Amino acid sequence: MRIELVKRKEQSKAMALLSPVIAIALTALSAAIIFSLTGHNPALGLYKFFIEPLTQQWSLEATIDKATPLILIACGLAICYLSNNWNIGAEGQFIIGALFGSFLPILFPDFENGATLPLMLVSGALGGALWALIPALLKTRFNTNEILTSLMLVYVASLLLDYLVRGPWRDPGGFNFPESRMFSDAATLPEVFGGALSLATPITLVIAIVLAVLLAKTLKGFEIRVMGQSPRAGSFAGFSAKGLTLFSFALAGALAGLAGTMEVSGALNQLLPTISPGYGFTAIIVAFLGRLNPLGIIVAGFVLALSYIGGEAVQTALGVSNKIASVIQGLLLFFVLACDTLILYRVRVISRRAPGGEASHV
Amino acid sequence: MFEAVLLTVITAATPLLIAAIGELVVERSGVLNLGVEGMMIMGAVMGFAVANLTGSGALGIFAAILAGVAMSALFGFLVLNLVANQVATGLALTILGIGFSGLIGEAFIGVPGLKLPQIVIPGLSDIPFFGPVFFRQDAIVYISFALVAAVAYTLFKTRVGLILRAVGDNHGSAHALGYSVIRIRFMAVLFGGACSGLAGAYLSLAYTPQWVENMTAGRGWIALALVVFSSWLPLRVIVGAYLFGAVNVLNLHAQAMEMDIPSQFLSSLPYLATILVLVLISANRRLTLVNTPACLGKSFVPDR
Repeated sequence: MRIELVKRKEQSKAMALLSPVIAIALTALSAAIIFSLTGHNPALGLYKFFIEPLTQQWSLEATIDKATPLILIACGLAICYLSNNWNIGAEGQFIIGALFGSFLPILFPDFENGATLPLMLVSGALGGALWALIPALLKTRFNTNEILTSLMLVYVASLLLDYLVRGPWRDPGGFNFPESRMFSDAATLPEVFGGALSLATPITLVIAIVLAVLLAKTLKGFEIRVMGQSPRAGSFAGFSAKGLTLFSFALAGALAGLAGTMEVSGALNQLLPTISPGYGFTAIIVAFLGRLNPLGIIVAGFVLALSYIGGEAVQTALGVSNKIASVIQGLLLFFVLACDTLILYRVRVISRRAPGGEASHV
Repeated sequence: MFEAVLLTVITAATPLLIAAIGELVVERSGVLNLGVEGMMIMGAVMGFAVANLTGSGALGIFAAILAGVAMSALFGFLVLNLVANQVATGLALTILGIGFSGLIGEAFIGVPGLKLPQIVIPGLSDIPFFGPVFFRQDAIVYISFALVAAVAYTLFKTRVGLILRAVGDNHGSAHALGYSVIRIRFMAVLFGGACSGLAGAYLSLAYTPQWVENMTAGRGWIALALVVFSSWLPLRVIVGAYLFGAVNVLNLHAQAMEMDIPSQFLSSLPYLATILVLVLISANRRLTLVNTPACLGKSFVPDR
């Protein structure tokens, strides 16, 4: 048996919409298999993991809270990946953004007025952008592989966070616990919709929609897509590959940094040695599941956030380790990438030595 | 003192060396597998689990290699048969490996491990200094050097190596000459998986004989950087791996000497050193372009 790919004349529109759905279905099927292998009722497991969190208000709110940073980070990553810039260090940009966003409430706790929060958000975005510009500049200036450098900077960022909360930024009145002081009210992101959601969610949705318009309707969006698909054609059009590398990294870093600041200001209210359950890496999956389209990413962010909540749910209900969530996330990305093949190619399975197989294609 | 330091350098360098030499072969065939970290951590957990359950280090190593091969087969199927994006698929492999290893390893957290025995080479091991350093190591250290020698020989002195390099440098021509590009690349990918699995086993059976979640701590990524550092030449991988092994243990020894440097700074040195080395190597266009496989990371669909 042999698998042969036949290139489609043009991209399949139907498959572009269907492939994420097929991928999710295959992931659910694999999850069911894992549940049965670990001795649990697969139907119950799937229900607890994927459905039950949607039926209760608190878990729905928790899912939206988790989806928010994922969507914001993934939107920036999508711009990078569309333009062929492989930024995989969003986790580090998230952390550095959180650090830049927190220096005001931690070092100047008495600075409390209407400007505190806006300054924090701007500073957080700036921090993330600066951190992301390191691999971008190394790529444009020295031709250094951005995949490896952006990833290495994740480790450096988390060590820096660890150092600060255990050292100079530790809460002086905190009994030596490795955590910063709590943020004042002026430095806390307000809640909206009667306390159901953090302000981070509407901010994120607005940014995602703006980016969707930018990509679909503006020259910059055209530049991003052209440079990703054919840098040579783009350079004839006068687009600069280096400029776009810097732009996309800075944008992705700024969004990740903003997400980091909103997470510490809204959800955590202080700095801790670990501030992210791997949002920066999960956002890579979100970006691909959302087909690198900000509107798709909003949906995909929700799906991936569900996996965090679902993981907790099956742990309490069935006693399955919540590690199953990251397995399901990884499987999902695999299936998404595999199904994307269907957009560009038709898959033919040819049995060995069958007529119409090798013989007719000499 | 120096002897003790050198011994720790060898333990730190060996997993890097094995993973990097495997990835070098993969990249020479024109495939970029960014999933080294994921294959390595699967090797680490499977090696530990099987060695722990059976009491046999050899079986543990075997299981680790199998785990690496299985992971790489998944990768190979996607990027070679389904022409999926290599960068994204490699990332997926890493995310999946970290997830699966966490799930499998949960039962083994805090369980005492099994340390691979030293293989003492009679006679030679009695030589002062050189004896303990070079001839009183565990099996995987010896294997690592044998692997590098075998890869260097195969790549540049045999027909198989020539074909492999041809596939990596110009898949169109190799295909036209009648070589099955996909099959040859698949073999290279599987070899890389086996090496990554073995490297993982070394971490959980020799370096720190226990299972700790995420215990690879970026070593798979550093191995990828080492391939660039070596400019795709096997013998240079040894230099790189031992250099990074030395940076890795700096942390340990600086802490022992109670130097007044934050431990987080010392822990970040391997990552910073990786960036520095990548910049120095890639800034030198002539050095990198000579040996970079021309088809690295490019998908191949045979037109029939």
